[in-house]
Amino acid sequence: MNPRLSRFAKAYFDDKIALAGFIGVVVLILLAIFAPLIAPQNPYDLAQLTIVDGRLPPGSEGTTGIYYLLGTDEQGRDMLSAILYGLRTSLIVGIVSVMLALVIGGVIGLISGYVGGWVDAFIMRTVDLQLSIPTILVALILLATLGKGIDKIIIALVVAQWAIFVRIARAAVLVEKEKDYIAAAQCQALGRWRILFTQLAPNCVSPLIVMAAISVAGAISLEATLSFLGLGVPITRPSLGLLISNGFEYLLSGRYWISTFPGLALVVVIVCINLVGDRLSDVLNPRLDT
Amino acid sequence: MIGFLSKRLAQSLLVMLIMSALVFVAVFAIGNPVDVLIDPRATQAEINAAMKALGLDQPFWMQYKTFLANLVKGDVGNSWVYNESALKIMMQRLPATLELAISALVIAIVVGIPLGAYAGLKPDTPSARFIMGSSILSFSVPAFWVGLMLIVIFGVKLHWLPIAGRGETISVFGIPFSFLTLDGLSHLILPAFTLSLSRIGMVIRLVRSGVREVLGQDYIKFARAKGLKESRIVRVHVLKNALIPVITVMGADFAGLLTFAVVTETVFAWPGMGKLIIDSIAMLDRPMIVAYLMVTVLIFILVNFIVDVLYAVIDPRISLTGAKS
Repeated sequence: MNPRLSRFAKAYFDDKIALAGFIGVVVLILLAIFAPLIAPQNPYDLAQLTIVDGRLPPGSEGTTGIYYLLGTDEQGRDMLSAILYGLRTSLIVGIVSVMLALVIGGVIGLISGYVGGWVDAFIMRTVDLQLSIPTILVALILLATLGKGIDKIIIALVVAQWAIFVRIARAAVLVEKEKDYIAAAQCQALGRWRILFTQLAPNCVSPLIVMAAISVAGAISLEATLSFLGLGVPITRPSLGLLISNGFEYLLSGRYWISTFPGLALVVVIVCINLVGDRLSDVLNPRLDT
Repeated sequence: MIGFLSKRLAQSLLVMLIMSALVFVAVFAIGNPVDVLIDPRATQAEINAAMKALGLDQPFWMQYKTFLANLVKGDVGNSWVYNESALKIMMQRLPATLELAISALVIAIVVGIPLGAYAGLKPDTPSARFIMGSSILSFSVPAFWVGLMLIVIFGVKLHWLPIAGRGETISVFGIPFSFLTLDGLSHLILPAFTLSLSRIGMVIRLVRSGVREVLGQDYIKFARAKGLKESRIVRVHVLKNALIPVITVMGADFAGLLTFAVVTETVFAWPGMGKLIIDSIAMLDRPMIVAYLMVTVLIFILVNFIVDVLYAVIDPRISLTGAKS
C-alpha cells in the first residue's frame, strides 16, 4: 500500500466509532450489490408474491412455506426483500447523484477559481443564487416538471447539489494557486489547462471528498423525503423512502412493520455514512466553512 | 442607512425577477394542464376554447409578459382547481405554515442554545459528547420518518397527543391561530417538534463553535482577570457574542424551514401552504404553484432583510452604509 494511503488509513481507523461506521457502510453496499442473492424473494416479480400472505406480522410463515422475518406488505411482499432491493435504489440514487454533482460542480469550481475575472464573478453569482434557494424547493420544482423516475430524481438531486461543490473547489483553488509549486509549474511553461487539471486539481480533492461523503447521506435522505411526498422514484422500483410511504396508512391501524423497518434501515444507512463523513473531515481536516 | 436599504431593495427586486423567470419556465415545462383538467370526451373545439380561456394559445414570450404584468399587480391568476384567486388561497394557508415554522424556530432556539452552550463550555464531558453525537443524528435522520415514529408512539400507542390537523383555533385580526387554545397547542406540539429537530442540531453546533471561539478571546481573559463572576461572563460576554452566527444562519435558513414544512404538513395533515403545494403539483395547478413560489421568495427576501438589519444592530462593527469592508 502506498505510504500516504496507509498513513491516512491509520489516522482514520484510530477512532472506534468511525471504524464501526466504515464497516456499516461496507456491509450495506455489499447487501445492496448482492440483494438478488440474499433476498428470500424478488419483491418486484409479481409471480413470486402470494396475495393471501398480505400484511402478515414479522416472524410469520407464509402459505407457501416462506418465512417472513420482517412481515409482509399489503401485496404479500416480504419486507426484508423489499428493504434489500430498496436499499439498492436508495444507494444508487444517492451515490450516482453526488458523484455527478461532484464532477460537474468540482470542474466548474476549479475553472472559476483558476480563470477568475468575469467568468468567476458570473459563476459565483449563479451559485449564490442557487444556494439561497432551499435544496428541497429546487428538487420539488424540478420533479414537478420532470415527473417520476430514477433518472429524473438523480437529475433533480444533481441540480440541487452541484453549487456547493463549486464553492468548495473554488475556495481550494484560490488557496492552492498562490503556492510555490504552481509558480514552479508556470516557470516550466506548462499550459494553463494542464496546470489546472494535473497540478492544481489533485490538491483540491480532499475537501471535495469530505463534502461528497456527507452529501451522500443528505442525498439519500432527500430522495427518501421526495419519494415519501410522491415525487421521487416510480412505484415499480421503490426506494426505502417509498417503502416507508407505502406503509404510512397501515401505521395508524397498528401494522407498524411495513413502515418502521424500512425507516430503521434508512436511519442506519444515513448514520453510517455520516459517521464516515464526519471522520473523514476530521482526518483530512479541510475547511468546510466556505 | 438609506443607501443600504435602497441597494438591498434593488438586489431583492432582481432576485424576484430572476425567480419569476425561472418559475415561469419550470411551470411552463410541467405540461399542458388542459390534458388533466378537461373531460376526456371533450372535442378538439372545446379543448381549444379552454386553452384560449386560460391564455395557453399565446406564444411562450407573450405568456411570460402577461404573467409578469399580472405579477406586478399581485395577480397570478385563478387556481384551475378551486377557480379562485390562487394568491388569495395561498395567503389563507400562510398563517398555518408560519405558525408551524415559527414554533419550530422557537423550539430550536430554546432547546438548542442551552445544549450548545453547555457543549461549548464543557466540551470534554460525556454529556457534551452525547449532545454533539445526537446533534449529528438530528439533522441527518429524515424528518418525515421521525414524524411517523412520533405519531406511532404518542398518537397510536399512548393516545397522548392528536396527530392530524390544527385543532381548535382562535382568530386574531381574522387570522386563525392554534397556539392560543389548549386543543390547538396539543395539535401543534408534534409537527412543530418534528420540524424543529434538524434545526435544534444546527443551533447546538453553531452555539458550541461560537462559544469555543469566544472563550479564547482576550476580552474573556480580561473579564476573568477583573474577577467577574463566571455566570456573568458566560451570560454577558460569551453568549452574547456567540449568538451572532445563530441569528444569521437561522435567519438565512428560515426559507428552508418554510419549504421543509411541506414534509411535516404532509405527515401531520397540517392545513398549510406545504400541503397545498403537494396537492397542486399532483393536479398540475400552475397558478397555485406560482403563487406558492412567489410567496416563499417574498418571505425569504423579507426575512433576509430583517436579518441584515438585526445583524448590524447586534454587531456594531458591521456598517449599514453599503460599503464593503
